[in-house]
Amino acid sequence: MTAMSTVPWLTILGLIPLVGALVVAFVPGSAENAKRMAIGFSLVTLVVGIIAATQFDRASSAQFQLGEQHSWIPQFGVSYALGVDGIALVLILMALVLTPICLLAAWHDVPEEAGARGGQRVKTYFALILVLETFMVGVFAATDVFLFYVFFEAMLIPVYFLIGRFGGPRRQYAAMKFLLFSLAGGLVMLVAVIALYLQGPGGTDGFLIERLTGLSLDPTTERLLFVGFFFAFAVKAPMVPFHTWLPDAATESSPATATLLVGVLDKVGTFGMIRFCLQLFPEASTWATPVVVALAVLSVIYGALLAIGQTDMMRLVSYTSVSHFGFIVLGIFAFTNVGHAGSTLYMVNHGFSTAALFLFAAMLVRRRGSKRIPDYGGWQRITPALAGIFLVAGLSGLGLPGLATFVSEFTVLVGSFPTQPVATVIATTGIILAALYILLMYKRVMTGPKPEGLVGEREHDRLDEPGRRGLTAVRDLTTREKLVAAPLIAAFVVLGVLPNIALNVINPAVDKTLAHVQQAVPTLNPAGTVAEGSSK
Amino acid sequence: MTAVAPLALPTLPAAFQQSTVDYLAILPLLIVFGTALIGVLVEAFAARERRHAIQVTLSVVGLLAAAASIIVAAKHQGLTMGLTDGSTNRQLFALAVDGPALFMQAAILLMGVLGVLTMAERFGGVGPDAFTPSGASTPGSATETAAARAGALTSEVFPLTMFAIFGMMLFPTTNDLIGMFVALEVLSLPLYILSGLARRRRLLSQEASLKYFLLGAFSSAFFLFGTALLYGYAGSVYFGDLSKAIASGPLAMNGLLVPGAFLVFVGLLFKVGAVPFHAWTPDVYQGAPTPVTGFMAACTKAAAFGAILRLAYVGLDTGRWEWTNALVLVALLTMVVGSVLAVTQTDMKRLLAYSSIAHAGFILVGVLAFDRKGVGAVLFYLVAYGFSTIAAFAIVSLVRQNGAEATHLSQWAGLGKRFPVVAGAFAFLMLAFAGIPLTSGFVAKFGVFSAAIGTGGATGTVLAVVGVLCSAITVFVYARVIVLMFFSDAPDDAVEVVIPSVSTTFSIAIGTLATLALGVLPSALLDLADRASQFVR
Repeated sequence: MTAMSTVPWLTILGLIPLVGALVVAFVPGSAENAKRMAIGFSLVTLVVGIIAATQFDRASSAQFQLGEQHSWIPQFGVSYALGVDGIALVLILMALVLTPICLLAAWHDVPEEAGARGGQRVKTYFALILVLETFMVGVFAATDVFLFYVFFEAMLIPVYFLIGRFGGPRRQYAAMKFLLFSLAGGLVMLVAVIALYLQGPGGTDGFLIERLTGLSLDPTTERLLFVGFFFAFAVKAPMVPFHTWLPDAATESSPATATLLVGVLDKVGTFGMIRFCLQLFPEASTWATPVVVALAVLSVIYGALLAIGQTDMMRLVSYTSVSHFGFIVLGIFAFTNVGHAGSTLYMVNHGFSTAALFLFAAMLVRRRGSKRIPDYGGWQRITPALAGIFLVAGLSGLGLPGLATFVSEFTVLVGSFPTQPVATVIATTGIILAALYILLMYKRVMTGPKPEGLVGEREHDRLDEPGRRGLTAVRDLTTREKLVAAPLIAAFVVLGVLPNIALNVINPAVDKTLAHVQQAVPTLNPAGTVAEGSSK
Repeated sequence: MTAVAPLALPTLPAAFQQSTVDYLAILPLLIVFGTALIGVLVEAFAARERRHAIQVTLSVVGLLAAAASIIVAAKHQGLTMGLTDGSTNRQLFALAVDGPALFMQAAILLMGVLGVLTMAERFGGVGPDAFTPSGASTPGSATETAAARAGALTSEVFPLTMFAIFGMMLFPTTNDLIGMFVALEVLSLPLYILSGLARRRRLLSQEASLKYFLLGAFSSAFFLFGTALLYGYAGSVYFGDLSKAIASGPLAMNGLLVPGAFLVFVGLLFKVGAVPFHAWTPDVYQGAPTPVTGFMAACTKAAAFGAILRLAYVGLDTGRWEWTNALVLVALLTMVVGSVLAVTQTDMKRLLAYSSIAHAGFILVGVLAFDRKGVGAVLFYLVAYGFSTIAAFAIVSLVRQNGAEATHLSQWAGLGKRFPVVAGAFAFLMLAFAGIPLTSGFVAKFGVFSAAIGTGGATGTVLAVVGVLCSAITVFVYARVIVLMFFSDAPDDAVEVVIPSVSTTFSIAIGTLATLALGVLPSALLDLADRASQFVR
């Protein structure tokens, strides 16, 4: 059931960045101006998003709120239907917060070229990020399976161009790999999408999620459909063994692209598991749980081990994400309220902590010109503020109590233990490995003897002194970088100390999703307590 | 002497019955045919310097008038041009003016307008730029030079195109095998000539023309032989009779029916470039003048699939189980071979040729759904693909080096950085071919695959799954083109994009906009295709 809204909030949210993209790309003017306009549009979107969020009623009994519905392609049964539950709402808000931060961090990503059209490249870059924001809103807000699929596939294109045009030396390879992996997953899902419609009631609005929920499917069909959807989401999420595109894509793309890719886009995978796999195919989800949980635990451990072994900072951060996505999937397939809520919160927190790690590491890379960890060492002596925020980001990533990720990691593990005790115990070791990869990186990059030939910015004026010739001064955080870091660190602290502001929105949605599952699989006990009479 | 028994003669009808013709129903056909004839007269009597303008105007006006007259014809649907046999009550009509026929006619006419407009491109010369001034001369000979110096121009391409369009419109409209054969030849002969008229790389063009002609003649012969066998089986060439005969015919006669059906299908599948009858496609697409290639890829495919639909759904529908498996095999092969071989291509026109083969396979999946939804999906697919293809080939004709088209893939490197608008449009068309959402290609593929899964049973699902996997392969092909244009650096001897005249710009713009519009708001055309998906019998 969808509660309709008089104001089409979600359409407006999607349209503002799209209009912004067109303005940024095509209105003549300097590149600087275009960047400012891009930030402006993304901030307006954020404000509208917050206003829309205030219209959200936590106590509502409807599954989706702020709903809109129009017939789009009635011949296929497709509606333009938007709506959010608590899960989608927090993810949209996270995307809206991250976009301006990324735009700000991307200020100098693309050098302005000489010539009359030199600024066009910069404009294209910022416009593509805004287009991506439109699709991010759409994909989380779609309440029609076909519409979701359209956004799911269409958002590959801006990312493809962002990686391929504005990336590192192996960007062509990375862009192609990203596109092929994602499309392979997506096209398998397409067959399942078509087949799902044919199993449903059909008609001119037969793709609406509410029409397709609670179908009594033949078990074999349901399992096949589940596999079709799950495959696409597992590639997207990414889970071992479908993860190999992520390190390449994240390393070769610009930091802002990598942040949005890993921080927001990959969440579509885990979001899709909750929204589609669990809600539409509850029986098949419980059937597949052993395999999925095993893959999740494998991702946790394998991702962490690979992260420890990396010498490239960006690659390291992307492998930590593989590990974190394992936790999220574990929480989802634990089928408990606590686990689900923890996973959803984890998605939000992971968005911020990955953004911090990518963007702060990129600040280092811009100063040193290298992504290799062995090229660093002792940088806290010359850039103390940067080292500070880097440490906070790292500690949040490894789950230090008081910072955001801890709450979600803890909740996931507590929620998963009742139904998946063995898997939870193994996954817990992932936390120890997390401490290892984060602290090892920090140690190698920041501590140690002062790097040769470099001095801090305070000594900039004294470079002419004898004995200091040949040294280079390194700037510490600039104002722009402080503006990038401040909201992220604030998010860690706020979500770490007061997680309930998010959990209160998430919980009703989690209850409704699990109620659907329990309706189909009555033996399930979402409260997470061991049912009476069952063997212990 | 014993009396010789009198030869049994077929009983003639008691009285002569005049066949009825509903002229309003065939008005679009008549207009196009008339325009073609006037074009021939213009060629004979108009002064050379004004001929180009007159021919282009005449063709475009004729096509648009014919397209408008479809509205009239739509009110006169039904069987026409023939008679109902008074004694046996058999329907002996040569033409079936029904939804699918009129839809295809309208599509061919509108795509034909775009095709003619791209052929009319002069780039400041006297005649159409893509065509040699003297097609009959030996390439590189003195005759050729003399003709060029004398300012000769090849404006006869326009009447030829009109004849081809007439044949294409007739093809899906015919209601009997002989008529279908006539339409096949009427559409093919002008195309054989047009393929050989390229101004540059003339040997390649003439080779393409000869190859197309020889293989086309073979396939026509197959078609005719199949017709003869089917006539032997059913005693009639009319689809209605054929369908009835198969429904009631004895199994012992299948020795005529099965090879007959196969051979007729071979003739039609050749025209759409389905594997294993595809060998001509890459060579002809590469050798023919690029605007002709675009026109051919869009309109011939539409016409031939219209004919395949009628044959499969009206003529041979009752004997479906005899030939379905063979067609399924052809569809699978076409999709796989088309997409896999597209990966290895290094020439843009050959790449698009293999892409068109793969698309023919996807469309066949829709044909094999055996359902009204399948028909509607096929009709939509043909329009969506046609508009994108004409625009894509028109863009190919603009990318040049030293005046000649630069079709080698490596020459396109870095195009996006230097000519963002043209390369952007081409990239968008590539995404449409790849079937990315919000383009017409996605809606079209969704249509045929959902029809196949919906009513094609297990076979349909297998076809759809293979189709989806092949789509994934073709994505690589198209993405590679985008990588070249946007992510690579331009070589030193970079190609240029010549500035086209209004006519080419118009067809590129319309083709690209149609690709976008049919991707974002497809429901109007889907609705039309759905309403037009009922065959008359």
